[in-house]
Amino acid sequence: MSRARETEQAARRRDVRLRWLLCAPALVVLLLAASGPLLIVVTYSLLTPGNFGGVVWQFSLEGWFRVFFSRDIFDDTVGFAGAHLDIFWRSIRLALITTLITAILGFPTAWFIATRPPATRPIWLFLVTIPFWTNLVIRTFAIQEVIRNEGLINNLLRWAGIISSPIQMLYTDFAILVGMAYVFLPLMVLPLFASMEKLDFRLVEAGYDLYANRLRVLWHVILPLVKPGFIAGSILVFIPAIGAYVTPRILGGGRNLMLGNLIELQFGQGRNWPLGAALALTLLVIVVAALIFYVRTAMRDSGGQRG
Amino acid sequence: MKNAKTVLGLGLAALMGSASLAAAQGGSLNIYNWGNYTNPELIEKFQKETGISVTLTDYDSNDTALTRIKAGGHGFDIVVPSASYVPVWVEDGLILELDHAKLPNISNIDPQWVDVPFDQGRTHTVPWLWGTTGVVVDTSVYSGDPHTADIFLNPPDELKGKINVIPEMSDVLGIVIRAVGGTDTCTDDRDVLRAARDALVAAKPHWLALDYGTVDAYVAGDLAAGVYWNGASMRVRLGNNNFVYGYPKTGYPIWMDNAAILADAQNVENAYKFLDFIMQPEHAAMLSNFARYANAIVGSGPFMDEDMRDAPEIVIPEGLGDVGQFALTCSADVQQIHAQIWTELLR
Amino acid sequence: MARSRFAIGRLPGFAMMAMLTFAFLYLPIFTLVAYSFNAAASMTVWEGFSLRWYEAAFANRTVQDVSIRSLVLAVSAASIATALATMAALATTRKRHFPGQTMIYALINQPLMVPEIVTGVALLIFFAMIKVQTGYTGLGYLIAAHSAFCIPFAYLPIRARLETMDLTLETAAADLYATSWRAFRHVTLPLLAPGIIAGFLLGFVISLDTVVITELVKSAGQDTLSTYMLGQMRRVVTPETNAIATLFLLLSLAAVTIFFLLSRKRV
Repeated sequence: MSRARETEQAARRRDVRLRWLLCAPALVVLLLAASGPLLIVVTYSLLTPGNFGGVVWQFSLEGWFRVFFSRDIFDDTVGFAGAHLDIFWRSIRLALITTLITAILGFPTAWFIATRPPATRPIWLFLVTIPFWTNLVIRTFAIQEVIRNEGLINNLLRWAGIISSPIQMLYTDFAILVGMAYVFLPLMVLPLFASMEKLDFRLVEAGYDLYANRLRVLWHVILPLVKPGFIAGSILVFIPAIGAYVTPRILGGGRNLMLGNLIELQFGQGRNWPLGAALALTLLVIVVAALIFYVRTAMRDSGGQRG
Repeated sequence: MKNAKTVLGLGLAALMGSASLAAAQGGSLNIYNWGNYTNPELIEKFQKETGISVTLTDYDSNDTALTRIKAGGHGFDIVVPSASYVPVWVEDGLILELDHAKLPNISNIDPQWVDVPFDQGRTHTVPWLWGTTGVVVDTSVYSGDPHTADIFLNPPDELKGKINVIPEMSDVLGIVIRAVGGTDTCTDDRDVLRAARDALVAAKPHWLALDYGTVDAYVAGDLAAGVYWNGASMRVRLGNNNFVYGYPKTGYPIWMDNAAILADAQNVENAYKFLDFIMQPEHAAMLSNFARYANAIVGSGPFMDEDMRDAPEIVIPEGLGDVGQFALTCSADVQQIHAQIWTELLR
Repeated sequence: MARSRFAIGRLPGFAMMAMLTFAFLYLPIFTLVAYSFNAAASMTVWEGFSLRWYEAAFANRTVQDVSIRSLVLAVSAASIATALATMAALATTRKRHFPGQTMIYALINQPLMVPEIVTGVALLIFFAMIKVQTGYTGLGYLIAAHSAFCIPFAYLPIRARLETMDLTLETAAADLYATSWRAFRHVTLPLLAPGIIAGFLLGFVISLDTVVITELVKSAGQDTLSTYMLGQMRRVVTPETNAIATLFLLLSLAAVTIFFLLSRKRV
């Protein structure tokens, strides 16, 4: 009996070793070219900035200090780094609004596709994802061409006589929102659709049978059932949105900085690598916090769900 | 199946990586320069005449270039920093001391640009192009005097919210410090510097963007005014002739960009060939005609375009010539303060 | 008995919202594609049909150069990522929890969760150190970075496919005296093929799309299509950019169509 147990344990150990071996190459690549370098970021956030970029290998908490506080150049008063906090707030705010917009647009779209005959659904999905397969820079460029002062929307509005001089859309927060919603929309539609496809329509029918009108069925039956899809979609949109770089850079005109732009700035004109590193880690913390929050919400809801 | 793919992929990748080395018989040259600043026809001509294959990578600001090179492992051979930054490059040992024996055309440099304060006797750099920084404004929107810094520091209502300021520290501070009363851009008068900081911070809400590469945006009407270099402003005017270039009468910077060979360049000989190439009058003219800036080579005049000869962006109007000040490197403390003002503005 | 069907799937206004969303998604792309055929050098004023921008794009040596580099990079990175992800997927699914599994998950999914700018900055510093020490400035860094980045994207579909696969087929193979390796090669791998292909295509498209990491890690002359376009947007933009964009859109479309056709093949 114990012999059998021994062989079983040996086999299991072999199995575990084999599994680790199979994972090893992937992990090595990831450690070298993704996770490992993050440790360097942590290190750099604790050093002193060099005069024209780079770092001086001298311990300093100035980088972290400057993330939240600022010292006036001329009278040395310490205060909150208002500009940074503005940018934090703008990034979170814009990411949240983008998530909202994609949810508002994405929900009907996903529902529409989910209620098509099964044979045509892949085609609709295909149509939704095509823009996603276009290059990110090109997509942002396309939005720029549509919303700029001599662009499609302004030209149409002027031709229709609704406005007489172009509305400034480019280089505003609005432009960034449009750009991000455009880029991340498929990421919301797909998980929502996945949830809706698994929806048991008999429950919906039951709702109607019980004399609920469409709105109530939507609110009390459909929405709770597709919550997992919502959560997944929200994460998939919020996280890239808050760390967005290309879209705010092209559509924001260098004035409406988001965290990604602020970080990159420190490695260029800002000449403060430690601050850049500290900001990058702060962004990471915000992302992890958001993830934990979302996952908690998902677990709590699915725990309380019946049926 | 997937193994074959991996091998194929890696093989191709290795080929690509070594392709630049094995390239043409003449070898290769990697230039790191400002964006939209190198005449592609000039590159073509150089490649044809020397057989050297050239790559061009661009940057938007002096700081970006400096950071990139300081980080190391860049692979570039030539870089083109502005005059005010050249001493930093030299001090940090980032660029080579030039062997003039390898640059026969160096005698073509206009004498006034040979013994420049930032590079006496041209020991480390050769001139690329030079120009001024001022303001550009759409006269169909604004009908006042263009020769004033108020266009971006204290804008009239019709310009508010339609202004762009190029995020280049030495250019912007070069205008603002003089505008708030400083006699010299490198003044260490704290009150003047504080006034400059305050003026910038107060003016920023009226700006729409802090961006480079906006020729297109001006021409298309996204922007109506801003701080801009003279050559780029000329391109704007050529795209939309409502625009004029203004020289702020309180003072404006004159700058010069200079080509240098990087200390860790792989293709030093080819770099020398290129530097010598651009100091030939007709090639200097090619640079000018493309970027719309003046060059520092004697004899290039006849090769320049007609519309460059008397363009208001090139020929400084009467009475405004004296207030231009060549942008130089300031003392270390002043530099620090400038950098701090700048980061405060950009945040 | 005739009765009108109450469409339980119908919610008021949803169809219209869906159509509007599709319009929103396609308007910029249509504009982009349409103006690539513009005879004038404008992207807002139409002046007739012309193929000149496509001719210019094809003749543009830089465009050829960056396109090839992008494709090489994408194929390499996707291949490597798919190979590695397949192994990792095989190792981490379909058995009960083993020590260290959560950490492996975390590592594999890390590139998805960490914003690209953070990874980009980290790699900039890290690779710069290595470049200075070894003097090697080839394409290897970009390939490594892209491969790492693509691993989670390849991992997800492969894992999903593995989890829905029918275990009994492999058991049957074992019953028929196949060794683990033969069972793997002749049963598991073909069954896994759609997932692997999906992972490869996903990695391919993601690699083509990546701009932040490439922008920060690249050395001299290593522009990809994305970084080239980012640079072009700061220049005088002509419909040539539109033409290049359209061509690459067609390429992505072809890749995704192939995927869709292949994935419809049922086992």
